[in-house]
Amino acid sequence: MKLDNKVVLITGAGGGIGQAAVRKFVSEGAKVMLADIGTEVTQTLVDELGSEHCDCVAVDVAVADQVENMVSATVARFGGIDVFVANAGVEGKIGSIMDTDVANLDKILAINVRGVWLGLHYVMPVMRDAGGGSVIITSSGAGVQGSPNTAGYNSSKHAVIGLMRCAALEVAQFGIRVNTVNPGAVETRMMESIEEGFADAGAGDFRAMVEAVTPLGRYGQPDEIANMMLFLGSDDSSYCTGGVFMVDGGNST
Amino acid sequence: MTFDFKDKVVLITGAAAGLGYACAQAFAAAGAKLVITDISQEALDQAVENLQQDGTEVLGLLNDASDSADVGAMMAALLARFGRLDIAVNNAGTATPLQEFHEVGEAEFDRVIAVNLKGVWLCMQAEIRQMLKQGGGRIVNMASATSRNTYPHAAPYVTSKFAVAGLTRTVAVDYADRDIRINAICPGNVATPLVVSLVEDLSVLSTKHAIKRLGTPEEVANGVMFLASDLSSFSTGSLLEVDGGWNAI
Repeated sequence: MKLDNKVVLITGAGGGIGQAAVRKFVSEGAKVMLADIGTEVTQTLVDELGSEHCDCVAVDVAVADQVENMVSATVARFGGIDVFVANAGVEGKIGSIMDTDVANLDKILAINVRGVWLGLHYVMPVMRDAGGGSVIITSSGAGVQGSPNTAGYNSSKHAVIGLMRCAALEVAQFGIRVNTVNPGAVETRMMESIEEGFADAGAGDFRAMVEAVTPLGRYGQPDEIANMMLFLGSDDSSYCTGGVFMVDGGNST
Repeated sequence: MTFDFKDKVVLITGAAAGLGYACAQAFAAAGAKLVITDISQEALDQAVENLQQDGTEVLGLLNDASDSADVGAMMAALLARFGRLDIAVNNAGTATPLQEFHEVGEAEFDRVIAVNLKGVWLCMQAEIRQMLKQGGGRIVNMASATSRNTYPHAAPYVTSKFAVAGLTRTVAVDYADRDIRINAICPGNVATPLVVSLVEDLSVLSTKHAIKRLGTPEEVANGVMFLASDLSSFSTGSLLEVDGGWNAI
């Protein structure tokens, strides 16, 4: 298996893409720490997959102390961190810049950008001291394209591409690779929430709009995103760093 | 990742050496049946012989990807032997010696565009016509880190690789509804025979990449295999960077 005895830390591990990534990495032999805001969902997944393969920790990724604790808990449990999937994120309220408040923006940026920065800040020294690793940040199709009514989310997903590129250049010398995965619309709870947000805001049928402009004509499945995370987490991608990896059904064409 | 291409028919152009040959080895190891092309008969014969030693079924075809009659003959020979085409890797490419733009001869520009752009165009047309008959297929085009970035004194090459990226993305949209996925791979510098022939001091190239070394042909082949496999089932029209961080700089 590709990741025998590698240690993988995944934030947002209870979400749709996070859960698929957990299953994928465990199936490839990795030890996985599941981090999320609570442990209800992640503990159930740990119970299912077996506590010898994985464990869970509660974290608010926007809070420095909690991120530091998440990292030290992972190292204490599994002895290091080889792959870090900075996947936690929120979509925020759907609505135009004029119609949404700045508290909504602050919350999105705190989790989606500050949270990723904090994760890098505490994880990368562990990887450096161990001689290397792979960091995968979940950006989005919204990280390379604009769309009405999601300015906060799109801004945050653009921002992590810049963060990723800087990090990649800073830590290449330590054998650490840093990339983003950019999913298009994927069959998850977050997407249902976005669909409801668009409907509530009178902004139209989001799913129909997305499917109409996605060349493959459908939502992606979480597993299809996890496949790319596995590629980037494995040594198959040993020459990939600083890259933006679209998995969007062709949407960004 | 464990790739399984057992009995898939895979066409790789420009496969007697360099990245194309690395792809041929990788697909062969994963169980594929190969059709490889090149413009050098001698190099082609050697590559076919090497690949066959491990029991792989290989058809070698002397072929100029920029010649439509040649491309037609290639597809006819491929179909006569294997009857179908599952995966195509349009890899054949060339470059001019590095020189300032105002000194590039018209014939040199024409040659690079003919092979790198028109060659991909002609091959994709032939491949897609067959894939439409079959009801699907996978295409991976060899683009470059210079599909998005620049390289000094390499205007014909960079121009051609920007064009390949645009062509890939556009055609991907056209056939997304017919189960033909089309993506490109964007390698950084690898010490292939082509690169070695153009650059005297390879160490200069390392500085282009955040990972201070050149890539290996195998690292590029890994990306090609990912795009050709079902693991990338939600990817089309994408540009997969295997460039050691070149485009982050």
